[in-house]
Amino acid sequence: MAQTLKCARDHFEAPEDTPLLWVLRDELGLTGTKFGCGVAACGACTVHIEGEAVRSCQLRLGDVWGAVTTIEGLGRPGALHALQDAWIRHQVAQCGYCQPGQIMQAAALLAENPAPSDAEIDDAMTGNLCRCGTYSRIRAAIHDAARALVGEG
Amino acid sequence: MGKAGKIARRSFLVGSVAIAGGVAFGGWWLSRRAPNPLAPEEGAALNPFVIIDGEGVTLVMGRSEMGQGVHTTLAAMLAEELDLEWEAVRVVHGPASAAYHNEALAAMGLPVADYAKTPMQRRIGGAMGLLSRGFGLQVTGGSTSTRDAYEPLRRSGASAREALKQAASGRLGVEVARLRTEGGAVIAPDGTRLPYTELAEAAARIDPPQVAPRPASEWRLLGRSLPRPDMLAKATGTATYGVDVRLPGMKFASVRMSPHLGGEMRGFDPAPALEMQGVEQVIDLGSGVAVVARNSWAAMRGAEAVEIDWGPAPYPETTEAIFERIAEAFNRRRNSRLRNDGNVTNALDGASEVIEAEYRLPFLAHATMEPMNATALYTGDSLEIWAPNQTPMAQASLAARAVGLRADQVRVHTTFLGGGFGRRLEADYSALAARVAKEMPGTPVQLVWSREEDMTHDYYRPGVIARMRGAVQGGLAVAFDCKLAAPSVTRQAVVRMTGLPAPGPDKGHVEGLFDQPYAIPNYRIEGYLADLDVPLGFWRSVGHSHNGFIHESFIDELAHAAGRDPLEFRLELIRPESAVAANVLEQVAMMSRWQEPKAPGTGRGVAFVWSFGTPVAQVIEVKDEGGRIRIAKAWIACDMGRAFDPAIVRSQMESGLVYGLSAAVMGEITFAGGAVEQRNFPDYDALRMAGMPEIEVAILELQDGIGGAGEPGTPPAAPALTNALFDLTGERLRELPLNRRFDFVL
Repeated sequence: MAQTLKCARDHFEAPEDTPLLWVLRDELGLTGTKFGCGVAACGACTVHIEGEAVRSCQLRLGDVWGAVTTIEGLGRPGALHALQDAWIRHQVAQCGYCQPGQIMQAAALLAENPAPSDAEIDDAMTGNLCRCGTYSRIRAAIHDAARALVGEG
Repeated sequence: MGKAGKIARRSFLVGSVAIAGGVAFGGWWLSRRAPNPLAPEEGAALNPFVIIDGEGVTLVMGRSEMGQGVHTTLAAMLAEELDLEWEAVRVVHGPASAAYHNEALAAMGLPVADYAKTPMQRRIGGAMGLLSRGFGLQVTGGSTSTRDAYEPLRRSGASAREALKQAASGRLGVEVARLRTEGGAVIAPDGTRLPYTELAEAAARIDPPQVAPRPASEWRLLGRSLPRPDMLAKATGTATYGVDVRLPGMKFASVRMSPHLGGEMRGFDPAPALEMQGVEQVIDLGSGVAVVARNSWAAMRGAEAVEIDWGPAPYPETTEAIFERIAEAFNRRRNSRLRNDGNVTNALDGASEVIEAEYRLPFLAHATMEPMNATALYTGDSLEIWAPNQTPMAQASLAARAVGLRADQVRVHTTFLGGGFGRRLEADYSALAARVAKEMPGTPVQLVWSREEDMTHDYYRPGVIARMRGAVQGGLAVAFDCKLAAPSVTRQAVVRMTGLPAPGPDKGHVEGLFDQPYAIPNYRIEGYLADLDVPLGFWRSVGHSHNGFIHESFIDELAHAAGRDPLEFRLELIRPESAVAANVLEQVAMMSRWQEPKAPGTGRGVAFVWSFGTPVAQVIEVKDEGGRIRIAKAWIACDMGRAFDPAIVRSQMESGLVYGLSAAVMGEITFAGGAVEQRNFPDYDALRMAGMPEIEVAILELQDGIGGAGEPGTPPAAPALTNALFDLTGERLRELPLNRRFDFVL
């Protein structure tokens, strides 16, 4: 992903202050990362930079400090990340629009804390809004993925 | 979307709406009365729901997938009869077509309480349903999708299956009766397996057999929790929502319309926007501007930068003045009195004590996660629209009108919806995209609203005022009197969609009040329509969303006035009217251990609302955590007759509850200077994970009818919460949102 972004930089003239979200979506066609609010209040645009969860709507292109991973880079059909697998097992999504952001946020959490408690999950995920109210399944899927990842490790 | 998306794009061509290289076939009776939009190139018998081509079977949905799971449950109805392997099922959104009209929705128009419908009224309702075809009522709303689809989709599937068997019979020279179907193939007695893909051409030429669908006892898919066909795409970021449409040469645009909703634009200066990097064009839309740019962000920033002189709003400028206008409705002519049992005036005059209360509920926004958007391509004599929408036919007609075309010159592609909740029944975003596209013929343009534009240009759930009077005697309610004042959603929406006025009693205005199964001898519900031009729309559960709160709060007040347990009080009033309703109350009492003593520092509330064909009872438990309120637990019992997919029903019940609780705790749209004050999630938020209660759902299947699932979970949530707060604090909350009064653990 970092490479994609770097290569593409040579080809587009988006100003340095363009938020990463819009570079990904509109300049590079990586539409998995979603626009929800534009003010870092909903988490739909969450991506990783060097493994850290960031709100891409608030990060200027010029300030991207490292390798960017989007939902497309985390896993894909046929090569799913443990969280995506758990999301499917728990049938988490309803409208699904917030889910790429939820999954990216959860992935950053598990990278840092391989066995989070309910309270730790709530704390990490509470910046991610879901209007369908899928939270109970999100929490269950995170626990499940955590167990799967520990098992693999 | 993958394969399915490819088929949809390749298959529905402009004008001819042809299926390239595939065969659409079958033949339910509906297809003879409304033209089938899926016409195969070879020309064959038609069915609007099933396409079979070399790649397999594609199920075509006339309803929009906005999270509620219709693409699973409706597909299962077809797959059940077609004997398809569930994992191989492909599902796509169908085109705009009257073939997908919603009879169940039209039948809801009858101003009669659902629980008390007589067989004759059900028949009249059915006849009204036929009107939906004439009006092109292709609508995903009113929690009607499964009810509406139940007969036609199973019949279509059965008919297609029998046609395939006939085709196989001709090929093999084996009697149809000796053939069976399994896993997408016809199987002969000797084990010969003919996949549907090989039989489709021949089957399409057969006059479709009319066969009865299978009895429930033979179901393999319906009644089970199935893996959703949209789940993989939604977990991998590969599902295509409206904002994800990407077309060659596509431009990005955003709009800025008057913050004074419906007000005029007196003038504007595009210069500050045109100076910005990435901005290409500023378009005068008469009542606002659109900015075209190299990406959505530049377009949104450009739209913000345009200097605009707005005219005033066509309604009072402040929340206070708006509510004064609503209160004035009490002095106007009454619009409805859909319930008037006994003699309320006499009963109140004769009562030893009259309980009186006034309730006020705020305007609300839908706030879907995906902001309003649409993509359009205009060529002079045709228009293509890609839009996340609940009403494909209305998108076509309103977009056509906006650019001076006929509706049949417009082709609508429905994408996944990042939330609907009623907001996407409207077609304003498609009409705006069409107008922008008209300014750049031949170039596709995607119009995405900023969150601020979305929040401040909704069709809002109206603010309402209710004046209540009641009396109790011998431990029971003997009088219930309600006068409700609010502007009419229905009247506005009908004019927008059809251009026609909607006279007569407005059922939607008082639903949730006049149609509840309580045996109260003197029971009167009157509706007064406020004259107010704030744009209003259908908000998840519509009238029930406010009226359920009013009804169930006041029932609670009467219970306490009678010195009764509020659940026992309800049961005693409900049992004589509806055993089905009493069942769900008893179920929720059992689940929540209502009779057992509560822990100190907790409060419990109950509410019951029958909406969209489904009775739902909820109990909510709140906890005092050092002066802050935690919504700790929620129990839901519902009875929709048939739960076709229990996991989806459970999700919808939870979802409805959370939507209702979010509004109750923090939802409020206010006005200042004629503009909506809330602009983004920080000032119009919803429950987050940390504020969620533990939820338990029980699904009963005891009633005769088939009820809805998407909305009925919402109405009881707010009153169950405030009734619990009353139990905890002794304070009766008659106005929302609650965060004005309490600090919640969120």
